[in-house]
Amino acid sequence: MWRYTVRRLIQGIITVWFIATATFFAMHSVPGDPLTQDRAVTADIRANLEAKYGLDKPLGQQYLIFLGNLTRGDFGISFTQKNREVNDIIREHFPVSATLGILAIVFAGLGGVLWGALTALYRNRLPDVVIMFLVILGISVPSFVFAALGQLALVNLNDLLGVSLLPVAGWGTVWHMLVPSLVLGLGTMAYLTRLMRSSMLEIVNADYIRTAKAKGLPPTRIFSRHQLRNAILPVITVLGPSIAAITTGGFVVELVFAIPGLGRYFVQAVQQLDYTVIMGTTVFYGAFLVLMVIVVDLLYGVVDPRVRLE
Amino acid sequence: MAETSPTVTLNEPGAFEPLHAEQRAQVLSRPSLSYWQDAWIRLKANRRALGSLYIIIALLLFTVVGPFVWQVDPAAQDLDQISTPPGASRAATLVGPLQPWDGSTLEPDRPGLHLAEPATTQSVRLLWDPWPEAYGYRVYRNIFPVAPGEALGLPMGDTFARDQTRFEDRLDLQPRTYYYTVVALDTYGEELDRQESLEVTPNRVITIDDALARGLIAPADDRQVGDSVRLALHPLGTDYLGRDMLARLMHGARVSLFIGIAAPFLFVLFGVVYGSTAGFLGGHVDQALMRFADFVIALPFLLFMILFKIAFGIGPGESGIMPMVVAMVVLLWPATARLVRGQILQVREEGYVSAARLLGAPTGYLVMRHMIPNTMGVILVTLTFAVPSAIFTEAFLSFIGMGVAPPTPSWGSMCNEGIKTMLTYPHELIFPALLISITVLAFNLLGDGLRDALDARMRSRE
Amino acid sequence: MSQIADNQRDFTRSAGRQLLLFAVLAVSGVALLMLGLAWASGMTGAGAGLSRGVDPTTGTITAVLREEPPQLNSSMSTDQVSGMVLGHLKEGLLRYDEHNELAPGVAERWEVTATDATFWLRKDARWSDGQPVTAHDFVFAWRLALDPANASEYSFILYPILNAEAVNRGELPLESLGVEAIDDHTLHVRLARPVAYFAKLVAFSTFYPIREDFYRSTQGRYGADHDTLLYNGPFVMTRWVHGAHVRMEKNPHYWDQDRVQIRVLDFPYITSDPNAQLNLFKDGKIAYTTLTEENLNEAMVQGWHLHRFMDGSVFYIEFNHREGRVTRNHHLRKAIALALDPGELVYRVIKLPGYLPGESLFPVWLDGVERPLRQEKPANWPAANLAEARRHLELAKRELGLERIPPLVLLSGDNPISNKQSEYYQESLSRSLGIEIRIDKQIFKQRLAKMTSGDFDMVLAGWGPDYDDPLTFADLFASWNLNNRGRYNNPELDRWVRAAQNATDPRERVDAFGEIQRILIDDAVILPNYERGVVYVTDPQLRGMVRRSVGPDPDFTNVRIAGG
Repeated sequence: MWRYTVRRLIQGIITVWFIATATFFAMHSVPGDPLTQDRAVTADIRANLEAKYGLDKPLGQQYLIFLGNLTRGDFGISFTQKNREVNDIIREHFPVSATLGILAIVFAGLGGVLWGALTALYRNRLPDVVIMFLVILGISVPSFVFAALGQLALVNLNDLLGVSLLPVAGWGTVWHMLVPSLVLGLGTMAYLTRLMRSSMLEIVNADYIRTAKAKGLPPTRIFSRHQLRNAILPVITVLGPSIAAITTGGFVVELVFAIPGLGRYFVQAVQQLDYTVIMGTTVFYGAFLVLMVIVVDLLYGVVDPRVRLE
Repeated sequence: MAETSPTVTLNEPGAFEPLHAEQRAQVLSRPSLSYWQDAWIRLKANRRALGSLYIIIALLLFTVVGPFVWQVDPAAQDLDQISTPPGASRAATLVGPLQPWDGSTLEPDRPGLHLAEPATTQSVRLLWDPWPEAYGYRVYRNIFPVAPGEALGLPMGDTFARDQTRFEDRLDLQPRTYYYTVVALDTYGEELDRQESLEVTPNRVITIDDALARGLIAPADDRQVGDSVRLALHPLGTDYLGRDMLARLMHGARVSLFIGIAAPFLFVLFGVVYGSTAGFLGGHVDQALMRFADFVIALPFLLFMILFKIAFGIGPGESGIMPMVVAMVVLLWPATARLVRGQILQVREEGYVSAARLLGAPTGYLVMRHMIPNTMGVILVTLTFAVPSAIFTEAFLSFIGMGVAPPTPSWGSMCNEGIKTMLTYPHELIFPALLISITVLAFNLLGDGLRDALDARMRSRE
Repeated sequence: MSQIADNQRDFTRSAGRQLLLFAVLAVSGVALLMLGLAWASGMTGAGAGLSRGVDPTTGTITAVLREEPPQLNSSMSTDQVSGMVLGHLKEGLLRYDEHNELAPGVAERWEVTATDATFWLRKDARWSDGQPVTAHDFVFAWRLALDPANASEYSFILYPILNAEAVNRGELPLESLGVEAIDDHTLHVRLARPVAYFAKLVAFSTFYPIREDFYRSTQGRYGADHDTLLYNGPFVMTRWVHGAHVRMEKNPHYWDQDRVQIRVLDFPYITSDPNAQLNLFKDGKIAYTTLTEENLNEAMVQGWHLHRFMDGSVFYIEFNHREGRVTRNHHLRKAIALALDPGELVYRVIKLPGYLPGESLFPVWLDGVERPLRQEKPANWPAANLAEARRHLELAKRELGLERIPPLVLLSGDNPISNKQSEYYQESLSRSLGIEIRIDKQIFKQRLAKMTSGDFDMVLAGWGPDYDDPLTFADLFASWNLNNRGRYNNPELDRWVRAAQNATDPRERVDAFGEIQRILIDDAVILPNYERGVVYVTDPQLRGMVRRSVGPDPDFTNVRIAGG
């Protein structure tokens, strides 16, 4: 177990190095650089700036310096937010994205299980038809359309009620979280609902359910102990990969709802070619995802004795 | 079917010969079905999957045949019909070219705010009398009647002298009723109380030159100013530059479906080759290959998609489709590679493969008979499910402004444009969004159907 | 049979009850989780209040910031958002008042001659820690901006000061800069050359004061947070949550207290998304918002009070005049200029009433001697004329020895207006002249890199004024100007630019500007597209918000809240 963990961690570190290297060279192959400004500057000022940010050195040397700083966890100072360290930016904005992501996952997971169970229970009856129609919408409509429509609906709702029930954009209170995370989790929720439904229907015919019925167990017990619990398993398995999709998919929601998350920063940084922020964000997200995968794998080993860690 | 025994004469020789060993006993069978025939039968039984298949075929026809049926240039800008919803009136009157206005009027003696000449969609020319208290004037235009104390609408422009009492409006004039208001200004440009309003309904016009250029009239027609013509037909309306939505949707389909199908096809293909190589060779090669795949799979997809999109660059005049496809292929192959490798490893250890090998089946037979059919299903399903996510990725990149380059249409970029005008011209969002949704849904349902149909466990099930 | 059905129904019913229980548990769990997350992220949250855009009881105005202010060190900042925020937090020697006229700021009186400028500072101007603002604070700030080690990108704006350029190059020590504090309240400046507009220049943010002891005490973090800044303007910053929230409150130490009637200026939203802004305004959360063309109809449906304002910048197509480019050919440029109609671009494609069709490099708001410059020197941009354009095209082909014009690369930005514009021009030129345009859409930095290296035939460019004088536009196409990305080189134009730079007589200068304008039009150096406008909507209770082409825009300093 320990040996396995250590080996996975070492692999993880090599992976992060790979991500950092790929980002570094992909980014530096983009024509132009962050120092280019709207107002042209003289060669002297330009030289001063390059010296200040270390861009005057050959690329190989810049790469080595970058790796050296990376081992100390130092990503440098942002090119656009001139007084801020990339570490500060990540520390301040990642929790926002993470909050949004966690809530979205929770919504998706709980909603998926609930709706999926409901549709299976009322198979081919009204609740099933209605929910499956919504699920189809959730799967087939692009997230940015949902986000825009969600915001619009919110404005009209507030307008209708005459009071500001929920804020339409921004961040900072509990109320700000609700709609953006719902919108973010919608696609995954639809996907999980479908999964839950088919897994429930498969289990209805399983031998142990038949046995349980034959044994005369009360229906509530059959439903909760056997059907629900076993049907949830496949849902839980796909939750892991969904985390990655949701955390990085937060861009759209952050843009539309003016939420100060890390995803929005990344898009801006790319447009401004802010080298240090691009590097910092990508490496951070990469490391985060690698770590999540390791943790999930380890947890499987702990939870499910059938999985042997080798 | 049991064979009917031949009628034999008892005393003939051989009448009591034993039955041949090869004489078949009663056999219960149905025609032997190949893997694919079987899958097809089950797919046909799945109504939703079949419907999706028809929808996909229809979409492909729309994409490939559509532009030949509806031969409208998707780049042609009909500036007389910008953002026109489907089914709008197309009647217009021919006029000469717009002449600069020197302030002359057809009704020189008329007091108050009035039109210098009949209003057209080319220009509305307003004239009024100087007001003693005014140091300048501000002109507003509204689409609603102006009530006292209410907002006056769009501020169209200011004049900065008491005797500058005319204003020409050429801004996006539509054949509908406008309510113009002129307000007096003080020396600082602050509004005074005095104002005057006028209701104007411009007549839709088109210049003879434009009508000729757009092929609405032929040079031989010898049409005169004042004749009426019908503007070009746009069945699904036009976009923000007056381009035909139907033609753009068809050409956008080429882009979106190309990205949606080519990218998954390529990365699945690469993944299959990579994964099966690793699976067949095994050992250290397998280890090394799969380690590398692990690295690539760890790259945060959307972040790298954006980064690669910029790093590969779009040259002048290029559409930017290729960089997007390349970026997707570079980032997405490892999942398929892993899957195929796992499948190959699994099939290699199956009893029936060992049995076939023991019976002396050649490698070629093993590959054709066992490896391919048993992995093909998984690959096909992966491919089908990869299409919707590729289409979504394209749409997402277009939404954050990193999609295909203008003027190339794609459903994603059209959606992005449509979102801005969602409230005023919903048709610009609804049509592309609907097409994306239908496509994504069809591929998803087809994928479900394929998965069920190709599932070997369900093979003998009726 | 019926018993089985009953059983089934029983099962469904009890399972449904269980699901309901499960749902109730889930909802309360989620609620708890949200509270927990809100508590955990309380540090990062912006606390964007649910307050109204205009709140008379607390005297608060709430608005949106387009982006996080990138640089609040006034000697280094270059961008518009930082300029707007700084304009509320600090005050220079002079400032612009609510009618956009030059007014006294920290300086009570001033005197500018051809060689010198002297400013007498008021005694009651104070920093937010109560200490007086002195002439030394200006000397320190200006030296900071010119220190080569700081690599300030706007240092060139101080070049009219004696030795400034040499100091910035590192050829002379900082102390040799021609600015001196005669005493605490007298600032004396020696000029490198006569500068007619020097008084207007010192209202610019690079000229704001910075106090040395405070600057040193921040240890390189000056301007990074709200507590590493010192304020001498009408407001102080009391909260700055990066990327999320900027809050300013009235400065109790500001000398001109009566000017400021609101207590709080709050920016709890940072977004550039027009739909988000529109929705926030619709919801009553912000006091004003800019509208896009797409939202104008909605604004009229809502019955909003709309305003129109020109932000002072001019946009044009710049041709590449480098050796070997076909756009170096005069007739080709002329042909393109005569084939395009800026009026159609503005009225049919951009469709925003604030915009004016471009006719000249000089925008309409610039002052001449007595009247606006453009009235004294009309631009006379030739009207679109297809026959004439085709004639020039033939001449161009003959001169270039080409059968047909090769495809031209149009370098373009990635904002919505540039997209529309380049698509419009592409189709328009192909229809009228048969010239193929290849759009090269690039993100901001890449476009600038390509502009600098000359990797284009035509580029969608624009220019906003740095100071309130025609010269900020006039020297753009001088052969030595680095912002002359097309490398236009015309000795005659250079001569007129020098004349305008060195003259102090207004009439002489206006004549020079007129000549520059004539050359630019005759030679079709650039193709004016439009002067940019803004349509915005304000809360009916918001009064006195000032929009400016030069200086902090919008300016909330004089804002009043109408009774309501």
